[in-house]
Amino acid sequence: MSTIALHDEHNHDHADHGHHKETLISKYIFSMDHKMIAKQFLITGIIMAVIAMGLSILFRIQLAWPDKNFPFLETFLGKWAEGGRIKSDFYLALVTIHGTIMVFFVLTAGLSGTFSNLLIPLQIGARDMASPFLNMLSYWFFFTACVVMMASFFIQTGPASGGWTVYPPLSALPTAIPGSGMGMTLWLISMVLFVASSLMGGINYVSTILNMRTKGMDLWKMPLTIWAFFLTAILGILSFPVLVAGVVLLVFDRSFGTSFYLSDIVMGTNILPNEGGSPILWQHLFWFLGHPEVYIVIMPALGISSEVISVNSRKPIFGYHAMVYSLIGITVLSFIVWGHHMFVTGMNPLLGGVFMITTLIIAVPSAVKTFNYLATLWRGNIRFTPAMLFAIGLVSFFISGGLTGIFLGNASLDINLHDTYFVVAHFHLVMGSAAIFGMLAGVYHWYPKMFGRMMNAKLGYLHFWLTFIAAYLVFFPLHFLGLDGVPRRYYAFTEFEFMKKWLTVNVFVTWAAIMAALAQVAFLFNFFYSIYKGKKAPQNPWESNTLEWTAPVEHLHGNWPGEIPTVYRWPYDYSKPGHDADFIPQTVPFSQTMSSNLPHDFEGNAEAEKIQQDWEIANPVTENKG
Amino acid sequence: MNSVSQLDQVKTGPWNGGRSPWSVEYGKIMMWFFLLSDAFTFSSLLIYYGAQRFSKSAWPDPDLVFQSIPGLKDSGAPLVFVGIMTFILILSSVTMVMAVEAGHRRAKKEVIGWMIATIIGGFMFLGCQALEWSHLHHEGFWWGQIPSTEELKHLFVGDVSLVAAQQFANLFFTITGFHGFHVFSGVMINIIILVMTINGTFERRGHYLMVEKVGLYWHFVDLVWVFVFTFFYLV
Repeated sequence: MSTIALHDEHNHDHADHGHHKETLISKYIFSMDHKMIAKQFLITGIIMAVIAMGLSILFRIQLAWPDKNFPFLETFLGKWAEGGRIKSDFYLALVTIHGTIMVFFVLTAGLSGTFSNLLIPLQIGARDMASPFLNMLSYWFFFTACVVMMASFFIQTGPASGGWTVYPPLSALPTAIPGSGMGMTLWLISMVLFVASSLMGGINYVSTILNMRTKGMDLWKMPLTIWAFFLTAILGILSFPVLVAGVVLLVFDRSFGTSFYLSDIVMGTNILPNEGGSPILWQHLFWFLGHPEVYIVIMPALGISSEVISVNSRKPIFGYHAMVYSLIGITVLSFIVWGHHMFVTGMNPLLGGVFMITTLIIAVPSAVKTFNYLATLWRGNIRFTPAMLFAIGLVSFFISGGLTGIFLGNASLDINLHDTYFVVAHFHLVMGSAAIFGMLAGVYHWYPKMFGRMMNAKLGYLHFWLTFIAAYLVFFPLHFLGLDGVPRRYYAFTEFEFMKKWLTVNVFVTWAAIMAALAQVAFLFNFFYSIYKGKKAPQNPWESNTLEWTAPVEHLHGNWPGEIPTVYRWPYDYSKPGHDADFIPQTVPFSQTMSSNLPHDFEGNAEAEKIQQDWEIANPVTENKG
Repeated sequence: MNSVSQLDQVKTGPWNGGRSPWSVEYGKIMMWFFLLSDAFTFSSLLIYYGAQRFSKSAWPDPDLVFQSIPGLKDSGAPLVFVGIMTFILILSSVTMVMAVEAGHRRAKKEVIGWMIATIIGGFMFLGCQALEWSHLHHEGFWWGQIPSTEELKHLFVGDVSLVAAQQFANLFFTITGFHGFHVFSGVMINIIILVMTINGTFERRGHYLMVEKVGLYWHFVDLVWVFVFTFFYLV
């Protein structure tokens, strides 16, 4: 075929572009450099996270003090908080948009977009992404999606209010509640743009990893971050299109008088003509995306913490292959568990049983990962960098949130727990807090790579401890509300006798949430201040093995001056017995580490094993050394 | 150096890095993954269709609904017109194959010829679809609209189900419309590729890979039609 030569051409033609003339627009705005695009994703993600966090504080205020007036709310929110009290419609909009932003814009685009873009080319040894142009488009579609979503706060009827899962009929009937109107339309437009962005990003990540690894970088020499990004991208490519199909049908229900999700509906005194549809079918289509989506959120975070924990324990990651196979297992299983979100929809009990089994099975690869993290930490030479703390925090949340997943995955227990605060507590720990902590671990760890400067460690510790404690204080008590049957998404609990006792807990949780929000100031200051005034980063600040630390600190288009380094070994040669330093970068050939080579390093190459043996006989280890 | 330097030989297998494992350019891999993604969208829509159809006791019989050949016959020719449509689309896939093949030989003139044929095929298919839609529309079907019960009696074998007729109409226009949108995009992309071929862009590049990638998309759209056709017209 005539296609073979192209790949090399692509790899090399960037090499001498280092002094390419760049304008402000081509460098900072419509940049096609993966490192700049990563920063764009990160900063947009951080801004969206701050917004979504602000929304959560607003509805937490309502939950804690449902009978009090806060005049400052009216100042900010105008008619949505008349008399200083948040309106019930607006409360629903707040929880909806908080969820949507956090799940899609922060933990999907902000997390994958940032670290896949930054690390894939740098860790596999490529000059850039396969298609820098699509990569740029991916960011700008994401940015536009953010703008459209935020625009829904500036229309009279307010943003979408049907929950982040936008179940019909609230989402399908434009006149159902105020948020079902224009706000819902904007939500749909924003999500279509978002899916396009995610698809462009995804196919780019996959083809880059498949096609553009440097010499020697076979699949089993890839860092776990790359494995995680790769499988996440595949998950996104296969699950988001199903949401697209669901959204297409929803749009027709909204605007063309169809009844895909509608049947037997009475609005006020008005009997609607729609017949034959079913809102359950939306739930199937939504959760076929929605469940893989939570793994799209957590898997990059798991990949990042694998890397961070191994580097800072100065030990090889425990069970590298098991880590990869468990990621693959999660990827495959995540497509056949969506029904556990729908146990109480009147699902056939047999089908419920099937979904229950698959759900419980997915706990196995998750537990494999957890135990491997703990085993990696075990007797490690741990360096408690801020990144390391956040990675350990992820493990903590993954355990405490994961355990409640086993309760919820049980079809009969779910009858009681469904749509209560128990669910809220579960997913905020296991995917919310855990994924955010993974993301923050990544930010602290690769900040030197992104900005060429170090973040302040002391502020990092402050940020970690405040956030870690506050997150548990917020989410742990919610389990007990849920067990008592307190439903999620309710505007106020004052109308229900049995819920009144939880009011004091809500006050406590709200104060903890405010503390968590304030703790982020330490991060935001640290992040933006260090961009300009941070300590200059050395070449390899964490003494890490992976390829990105061999690239110059000063960014250049094409990543490495001259040739791309060749890879000889896996990325986890930390504290290898017989070697003088406690790390051996992937680019160090075996001939330079004769004293530490092991037979299995040569992957069954008998000739190489023989050479190593001959060398060991010729250079016996002296007694006092061992 | 000495003999230990032999330890540093890097393997050169397809998966050992430094090359594409299948010796395929990245754009083609992207196209394949995009098509995989799009296949999931269509599968979802068709599975939705199945879920609707199996939950209804009756369904309009395609042999009775699709009987006309616009301009020739108003009834009595079941599935003839859609057969012609399908044939045209498959033919346009054949001409696309010819364009790709000509691209391998870098025969610019032939590529231009076959691309034009493919574009014409695409437009003809879209035209036929427009006729099919307007025929159904005249019979009274549309999103949220169905003919009277009296007329529907001719379209059902056995009992008439108004709900089924409505869902049939909704799904028919939505899914064939979504497919038609894909065909339309494909025709637009084909036109862009045609213009680029005429301008000599690919000649200067030294290869006609873009034609191949667009070809993949075109065949995919064709393949999807086979499924849409099967589910709406045959079963």
